[in-house]
Amino acid sequence: MDIKFSAEDIAFRDEVRAFFVKEYDATVAEQLSGSAGTDYKSAIVSWQKKLYSKGWIAPGWPKEYGGTGWTSTQKFIYETERGLAGIPDVVPFGLKMVAPVIYTFGTEEQKARFLPRILNSEDWWCQGYSEPGAGSDLAALSTSADYAGDNYIVNGRKIWTTFAQYADWIFCLVRTSKGIRRQEGISFLLIDMNTPGITVKPIVTIDGKHSLNEVLFEDVAVPTENLIGEQDKGWTYAKALLAHERTGMAEVADSKRMLDGLKQRATAEINGGKPMIEDPVFQMRMSDIEMELMALEYTELRVFASMAAGGMPGPESSLLKIKGTEISQAIHELQLQLAASYGGALPSELSSDELGHDFAAEARGKYMYGRAATIYGGSNEVQRNVIAKAVLGL
Amino acid sequence: MNFEFSEEQTMIKDSVSRFVREQYDFDTRRGIIESDDGISREFWSMFAELGWLSVPFAEEYGGFGGTVIDIAAVMEEMGKGIVIEPYVSTVVVFGGLLSASTNSALKEAVIPSIIEGACLGSFAYMEPQSRYEMSDVSTTATASSDGYTLNGVKTVVANGGTANRFIVSARTSGDQFDRSGISLFLVDSTAPGVEVKAYKMMDGQSAATLTLTDVAVDQSHLLNSVGEGMDLIEQVMPQILIGLSAEALGIMATLNTLTVDYSKTRQQFGTPISSFQVLQHRMVDTFMACEQSKSMLYRGLCESKSVSEGETDGSALAKTVHALKATVARYGKTIGEEAIQLHGGIGMTDELNIGHYVKRLMMINTAFGDGDYHQKKFNQISYMS
Repeated sequence: MDIKFSAEDIAFRDEVRAFFVKEYDATVAEQLSGSAGTDYKSAIVSWQKKLYSKGWIAPGWPKEYGGTGWTSTQKFIYETERGLAGIPDVVPFGLKMVAPVIYTFGTEEQKARFLPRILNSEDWWCQGYSEPGAGSDLAALSTSADYAGDNYIVNGRKIWTTFAQYADWIFCLVRTSKGIRRQEGISFLLIDMNTPGITVKPIVTIDGKHSLNEVLFEDVAVPTENLIGEQDKGWTYAKALLAHERTGMAEVADSKRMLDGLKQRATAEINGGKPMIEDPVFQMRMSDIEMELMALEYTELRVFASMAAGGMPGPESSLLKIKGTEISQAIHELQLQLAASYGGALPSELSSDELGHDFAAEARGKYMYGRAATIYGGSNEVQRNVIAKAVLGL
Repeated sequence: MNFEFSEEQTMIKDSVSRFVREQYDFDTRRGIIESDDGISREFWSMFAELGWLSVPFAEEYGGFGGTVIDIAAVMEEMGKGIVIEPYVSTVVVFGGLLSASTNSALKEAVIPSIIEGACLGSFAYMEPQSRYEMSDVSTTATASSDGYTLNGVKTVVANGGTANRFIVSARTSGDQFDRSGISLFLVDSTAPGVEVKAYKMMDGQSAATLTLTDVAVDQSHLLNSVGEGMDLIEQVMPQILIGLSAEALGIMATLNTLTVDYSKTRQQFGTPISSFQVLQHRMVDTFMACEQSKSMLYRGLCESKSVSEGETDGSALAKTVHALKATVARYGKTIGEEAIQLHGGIGMTDELNIGHYVKRLMMINTAFGDGDYHQKKFNQISYMS
């Protein structure tokens, strides 16, 4: 019963910290926050290339494909330090989603063709899972891929596709046959976004920004060599990834940093001549969150300890996703409450310096876009279904 | 990093668990509560023989030399059986204060009798006006030629009807709220001037109102130096709060298991009610509530260990134990109320065990400060310093 790290692990942590302090300087931070007028894509790609040069871009990959060869403890430490330093995660679609499918289920040709370009951020990937008629019920997807000799001909619509506007490639779940079970006729296809017949339509979200898209496929010819594994077995490959995706969703370190920021702002924001942090009601709201986060930190450590001991991330990763997203939303809510009416002002000629409360606009954006956290990656209601079935046997 | 109990801790945990499963069924417990004593002396002697009463005490007094982790291991299993015998009161609270005190002679005299099962102890601190504020003390201790004279009233004294020894907080100086004017005394239940009016609490445990009229206490029965009572209480408080929370965790886990099992057998509309999504999601929420409580308990255990090994000071632990008690209060309430609701009408009956688990959780919540009390303390540490 202790959470001690070994001397080697502590030395590793110090190395990670030192690297972040040196490389993630104020300029990089400003570029990535989007406030410097730089576009997000070039900012994150240039940060990812720094990680690539260091050899730290893909801690989750096997060493033979370019992974770090770190122990699970080292990976955990790395992610924690990243979150505490306020550094955004890498764009997950290539590095964390499609790459594991490719190196686990792909051919040698596919590995050689795609993995190096994902590793060095040459290719930008996006995820083609959801459809207008297939959200939480993903197996209801109807985008079709008809086998025609050397090609599959793809027709249909994918939606909620994050950063499709930047993407060179999209990985898609498509229907190749009508099996007895709906999950049986689904295949996993890699599609070049420059192929004729693909149209990307932007979707502006309630934070006023554009990161989501609709992707339309009209008679798009995809070479059969871009099929992962066997035809009609794509559901199995996609499912193998989901548990991994959820484990990364507790985001405890990120929430700890956000909560520290909230405390600082609550000290600076004044109401009736007194700092908000001294308001007893506001204190109760903050500690509701802080205590839940203190518990979640140990829930995450417990899951991590069982994985380090050789277990696999199981249904408990659903718990991490539910609680992690509820906590980050709760912090966003309180941040926006702190921003009061000042948070409602849209960007204009009036600079945030003139308006005061310089965090207010960010608080609004984070709150609005943050509503998505309990929807994506398997909605929290679906996660509850998973726990009900797999843990409680209901 | 690991969250396993040690081999020794697992052995004692298993032994308590086996006792609860094999010898402490719900009817046995009910019989004990309805008996004259309200506890089983026979089981208490058995606890002594099995070494459970020696767990936290130093080896020099014949103890097992255990830590707060050992206490938690025992208490979690006791919670699963809502064991009525006064383990928390005697071993964790009374024994904890005594162990931490600087009065070696008193420790030598009393601790062995706790370990052998002869001493049932109780900490008398609450007064009619004091609610959760332990420094609100109007019971007085006036210096006499060879010690002190105690006068005052203590109320809702846990294990008050069964205890033969009390640790009593009394004011040796200052006004009603002065923290530095409180001292702790060991008082025999049979001492002249001690009147014990016993009653039962809603969880079946014994309590009493203690009226002290010119009770003479020898100088040697003072636990620490004069005026150091609050320091001693605060020193032992993490152990008390962790012990109670571990008991609560055992209860919460049991309530969840009973509720999930019941939902799979109870048929309505021609199907087990466990097939209804609205109920499934509520049971998932109570499952997560229990896991989060467990994580907070483990946080407390890891931090206690780190403090006892001299690696950290107690500041993180002080914050964590407030968060632990507040979390257990909140989630204990959720789990208890959901257990009754999901059982439906049968959950309302005295005959079923559910309500009895819930009532013990309610009394754990109010013991040594309820959820709001501890959350406010947490706020003071986190946001006002």
